[in-house]
Amino acid sequence: MTRRTTLVLQAVAIALVASLVGLLAWQVVNKEAAAGLVSAVQRGETPTAPPLDLPELEGDGRVTLASFRGQAVVLNFWASWCEPCKEEAPMLEEAWKRHRERGLVVVGVNAQDFENDAKDFVERYGLTYPVVHDGPGSSLGRYGLTGFPETWWIDREGRLVAYAQGEFTQEQLDANIERALRRS
Amino acid sequence: MTRAFVLALAAALALAAPVALASEQSPTLAELERELVCPTCDTTLSMSNAPIADRMRADIRERIAAGQTKSEIKAALVEQFGEAVLAAPPRSGFNLLAWLLPLGGLVAAALAVTLLARRWLRARPAGAATTGGPAANGVPPLDPALERRVDEELARFDA
Repeated sequence: MTRRTTLVLQAVAIALVASLVGLLAWQVVNKEAAAGLVSAVQRGETPTAPPLDLPELEGDGRVTLASFRGQAVVLNFWASWCEPCKEEAPMLEEAWKRHRERGLVVVGVNAQDFENDAKDFVERYGLTYPVVHDGPGSSLGRYGLTGFPETWWIDREGRLVAYAQGEFTQEQLDANIERALRRS
Repeated sequence: MTRAFVLALAAALALAAPVALASEQSPTLAELERELVCPTCDTTLSMSNAPIADRMRADIRERIAAGQTKSEIKAALVEQFGEAVLAAPPRSGFNLLAWLLPLGGLVAAALAVTLLARRWLRARPAGAATTGGPAANGVPPLDPALERRVDEELARFDA
């Protein structure tokens, strides 16, 4: 083997290893960034909400988080097979009806679920707020989610102001809505 | 030897083809449970008792009863949950890399070992491999005076 061939092979091997290490680092950084959102909000910081662009559960349109700029958002991640989600759904519907005139929008993100099951759930609980479907759960990682249900409250400037892992209480829901609606 | 191997391979392939066809046409729940992943727990359905895994099993049972093939059932679940629901990536498009890279790695490793082995054999002094002389293992031969002294010491020790 000539010296030139050896050098080329070594360069290829180094490039391959470097790209694999880069990919691993990128994944770790992304995961930490998402987990960092939760800890930042728990420290009282208000990081910008990651972008969200998903198809409507019923209908052909898409819903983006950016389209709600100027409104406070309750972003609730749920699945039809999740028991606590059944407790939260009527509370969210009631909050949406009570505060929508003040500039609040509730967005349900149905993930890792059968589309038909999700539609049945929406019908059973009479949900009228926008619901999007994310079958593969591609948005979950970006928001640092670990399970269902989880909820983020976003203020009018698109900043995350509160987070609930698991089922929220009525007091939590109301207090965080007031926080999100407050003008800075 | 080679002929026997080729015959055995052909027989194995001939037997495997109808089995694969039967599995495609009439899949069982157990098979699909091993080939599909629970989206919330990242284990195969066969190893999961999560609520979504139970729901997926019920869906698969309904589809089997409706006479759907294995590919149709998998395609329906991919449409709902994305390709991550497949335990093994599909053999097409970018996912083909997941199948080809390990094979490529094996071939590259075999090639590297062959090339290195040839290089080492060429680097050995002529005759070293067949005579097994004192320099065969890379140790230089003993000084004759030192060798004579060792023999004398051994003879004295034996006496």
